[in-house]
Amino acid sequence: MKILVTVKRVIDYNVKVRVKPDHSDVDLANVKMAMNPFCEIAVEEAVRLKEAGLATEILAVSVGPKACQEQIRTALALGADRGIHIETEDFPESLEVARLLAKVVEAERPELIITGKQSIDSDNNQTGQMLAALLDLPQGTFASALKLADGRVEVTREIDGGLQTLSLSLPAVVTTDLRLNEPRYASLPNIMKAKKKPLEVRTPAELGVQPRAHTRLLKVEAPAERKGGIKVASIDELVEKLKNEAKVI
Amino acid sequence: MAILIIAEHDDRTLKSATLNAVTAAAQIGAELHLLVAGRDCRAAAGQAARIPGLAKVLLADDASLAQQLAEKVSPLVVELAKDYSHIVAPATTSGKNLLPRVAALLGVAQLSEVIGVESTDTFRRPIYAGNAIATVQSLDSVKVLTVRGSAFEPAPAEGGGTPIESIHFAGDAGDSARFVGEQVAVSERPELSSARIVVSGGRGLGSGESFALLERLADKLGAAVGASRAAVDAGFVPNDRQVGQTGKIVAPDLYIAVGISGAIQHLAGMKESKVIVAINKDEEAPIFQVADYGLVADLFEAIPELERKL
Ligand SMILES: Cc1cc2nc3c(=O)[nH]c(=O)nc-3n(C[C@H](O)[C@H](O)[C@H](O)COP(=O)(O)OP(=O)(O)OC[C@H]3O[C@@H](n4cnc5c(N)ncnc54)[C@H](O)[C@@H]3O)c2cc1C
Repeated sequence: MKILVTVKRVIDYNVKVRVKPDHSDVDLANVKMAMNPFCEIAVEEAVRLKEAGLATEILAVSVGPKACQEQIRTALALGADRGIHIETEDFPESLEVARLLAKVVEAERPELIITGKQSIDSDNNQTGQMLAALLDLPQGTFASALKLADGRVEVTREIDGGLQTLSLSLPAVVTTDLRLNEPRYASLPNIMKAKKKPLEVRTPAELGVQPRAHTRLLKVEAPAERKGGIKVASIDELVEKLKNEAKVI
Repeated sequence: MAILIIAEHDDRTLKSATLNAVTAAAQIGAELHLLVAGRDCRAAAGQAARIPGLAKVLLADDASLAQQLAEKVSPLVVELAKDYSHIVAPATTSGKNLLPRVAALLGVAQLSEVIGVESTDTFRRPIYAGNAIATVQSLDSVKVLTVRGSAFEPAPAEGGGTPIESIHFAGDAGDSARFVGEQVAVSERPELSSARIVVSGGRGLGSGESFALLERLADKLGAAVGASRAAVDAGFVPNDRQVGQTGKIVAPDLYIAVGISGAIQHLAGMKESKVIVAINKDEEAPIFQVADYGLVADLFEAIPELERKL
């Protein structure tokens, strides 16, 4: 079975983003970039399914500017077999990314599509669900476990009240949550080998999609800063402050 | 045109997240309709009808809508959508599961986790773990949004007498997505997302057993118990306790962070709390930068003492 995983280039999760002084956007100049952590989990899951003999081929797809090829190479170093980069000037909105991915899915016919549940830049949590909708496929979002059996996939989902398990026919779209697995690091030999793996570049026009804007970003601001508080010396002082100053207990 | 709000419920009871979504929708300003879709969900619709300020409660009760699978509910919402300018759902795991699917079927964008309504087409939402706030104008004909509960006061649950209109929906019975089971934590404590006080524990707790210390403190305060990702990953507590960028967003009157370092992903879920207390043995821990009251102490001594002295 063929698995398609999506990988997005985002700000490194350890970096605290800054807003541009003119409030037009966040400032990503000279900021460390990396693969979105939820996409790493998606790649890892696909690689484990291949190692378990349940998958035969892993295709990693990324949408965005040329630099996204770095993240595709990382996916290849982690164990993906082949990459497709859909090159766009900027990062299109989720629906447009889903429309582009849908074209790749139609051409490649994977049986399982694994995406991250959200990217840590836009924090949208949409692309997987939108892709499933466009292809009329079942979706298993926020997955913390995944099991293939009898031509279906059983997905355990992290929901507000606890866990929910669904059984989905294949092909299906699964989006990863944090506890699905712990991604490995790429080894140096694998990073070298990844350089030789095939990476195809496509344009939206070739795929017959013209990304549209659905929203206009009017302004980006820093959140209100919390004023630093005080240190208390003892539990007695803490209780006194909570009762008499903050009046919350 | 009216606004369609998707109710959060489990057929029997309406969930409080619905009330925050009603407040957000009311700020957009138009006639409000609330959709209760499920199987045998008349009880939830009855509770919805008591919310003041709604023009209509739509009840879609069909076997195909059991467990409200996104594959089954989205065609219903799409069918209704032509009569609405906005479709609003709480940014809960069910809202986040359903609404992007609806938006894609409608060919429009979805705005996630809206925290402010500027006008009928312009909204504010956090990005980058809440380290930036974007003001975004929607250019689509139908605006589809999930709204963050902690940013909107809950609407009153009682006092209204809205008519319930049953809608006929014969859903697709296909089994491309099939419900297998659910493990839902039952707790006597208040719900994490709406509790007035939250006591959260992190890796510093060291074990699941140690969380009993926090639970005793929480019970004394009438608080909910939350956790950092590290505590959930380590298996100390179940996943539904995780507070943060990719877990639950809370903004209680009082948040007590115990043995939590204060990573940006955790802060994203709690820094709107009114009063923050941090108890950590490392005086350099970043959590102290957002805490109103910080105590540098070993939690295993501090927590029992705090419980005793309340
Ligand atoms: C994609 C992604 C998403 C994430 N989403 C979330 C999220 O939603 N929520 C979240 O919380 N995290 C999230 N994280 C993880 C986050 O980056 C941190 O790793 C996590 O919050 C750390 O948890 P912690 O503070 O409990 O553990 P640590 O950072 O290990 O801190 C433990 C703290 O306990 C203190 N301590 C230890 N022993 C004691 C003692 N005896 N008494 C007092 N203090 C003690 C230590 O001084 C330390 O400060 C995410 C990470 C990624 C990459």
